[in-house]
Amino acid sequence: MTAAIEVTGLTKRFGKMLAVDDVSIRVEENQITGLLGRNGAGKTTLMQLITGQQFATSGLISVFGESPVENARVLRDVCFIKESQKYPEDFAPKHVFATAPLFFPRWDAELAEQLIDDFRLPLHRRIKKLSRGQLSSIGVIVGLASRAPLTLFDEPYLGLDAVARQVFYDRLLRDYAEHPRTVILSTHLIDEVSDLLEHVLLIDDGRIVMDETAENVRGSASAVAGPRSSVDAFVAGRRVLHRDDIGGLSSVTIPGLGYDDRLAATAAGLEIVPVSLQQLVIRTTSIRAEELETSA
Amino acid sequence: MDDSRPIFLQIAEQIENDILSGALQEESQAPSTNEIAAFYRINPATAAKGVGLLVEGGILYKKRGIGMFVAEGSRLAIARERREQFHAEYLRPLLVEATKLGITRDQIAEMIGKEGIA
Repeated sequence: MTAAIEVTGLTKRFGKMLAVDDVSIRVEENQITGLLGRNGAGKTTLMQLITGQQFATSGLISVFGESPVENARVLRDVCFIKESQKYPEDFAPKHVFATAPLFFPRWDAELAEQLIDDFRLPLHRRIKKLSRGQLSSIGVIVGLASRAPLTLFDEPYLGLDAVARQVFYDRLLRDYAEHPRTVILSTHLIDEVSDLLEHVLLIDDGRIVMDETAENVRGSASAVAGPRSSVDAFVAGRRVLHRDDIGGLSSVTIPGLGYDDRLAATAAGLEIVPVSLQQLVIRTTSIRAEELETSA
Repeated sequence: MDDSRPIFLQIAEQIENDILSGALQEESQAPSTNEIAAFYRINPATAAKGVGLLVEGGILYKKRGIGMFVAEGSRLAIARERREQFHAEYLRPLLVEATKLGITRDQIAEMIGKEGIA
């Protein structure tokens, strides 16, 4: 497989603040990668660095084999949709869609038309009169219709309702299937997107704490629930990620269970509850927060 | 899709279920990877992996330029494999639950009798 993005030892400081801390990642070409993490974890900074909108303090970034900084050859193949994109005051959506093809050589006007319809976006209304959700849908439409070989969505759907988000996921999947490209999706709505992802990057406090295929993440943890004594006997010697006790009952989250483990647990009268990607992310990032507190 | 198992396994299983139930007939065309991805709202690469698993197992085969087809004899092959898992995945948990509830062997036999299984 070829890498669309290769980042080595990347660090970005803002004064004393370490926003990105010695990050090394490889994003495979034509995959959908989820960039997950809490607010302020460094997701946006990392994407700004990858798209040449910030200068690295140290480290190397290669996008399609070249440095993205001030590099028109790379940047015309990149579309970065930001959470709160600003447009000129007197613009209407139609002006955005008339301008976008100048920046994106692969722009598909027909797809844009269709998406404008799907999102029921008023083309002639002035930008400042649009709702938050309508503003977000402009970004989503540009991101999809640009068909850029590298497309990054940074929390693209502030204000989009559940129906509009589903439209986004469906159109993204459909268009991606027909025109494969490298997509990075940064979001808090992990449960909604977890099935769309092929790879997962989790960033916490500027560092990458998970870099896995979505299939490996899935099933990498399970919660075992039942009477406390049986649960304790079963999890003895295993790494415990999380534990809840209520009365004589326990629910303990442990790393992946094999087929035989599952049968043994069921035979012992224990219930195995799946742990979703979202729960796993919460567990992983909160465990780290605890470690940091105790070490401080 | 449930969270406990890899999605590609669940996709493979779902197609097998459709073959077992007769919804997908032998020698008929199976849904394409992109159709599966759109229907279950999953990554197309994951759908392809599920289909690939069935190709490897001889359940599906590829007709060049047309798509995937259900192999002859696949229904029987799937049933044979599932029968081997039946004891561990269905019977054991049933007996564990029955013991917990104090249901006896005779009572279970009686229930099965009432359900009218051959």
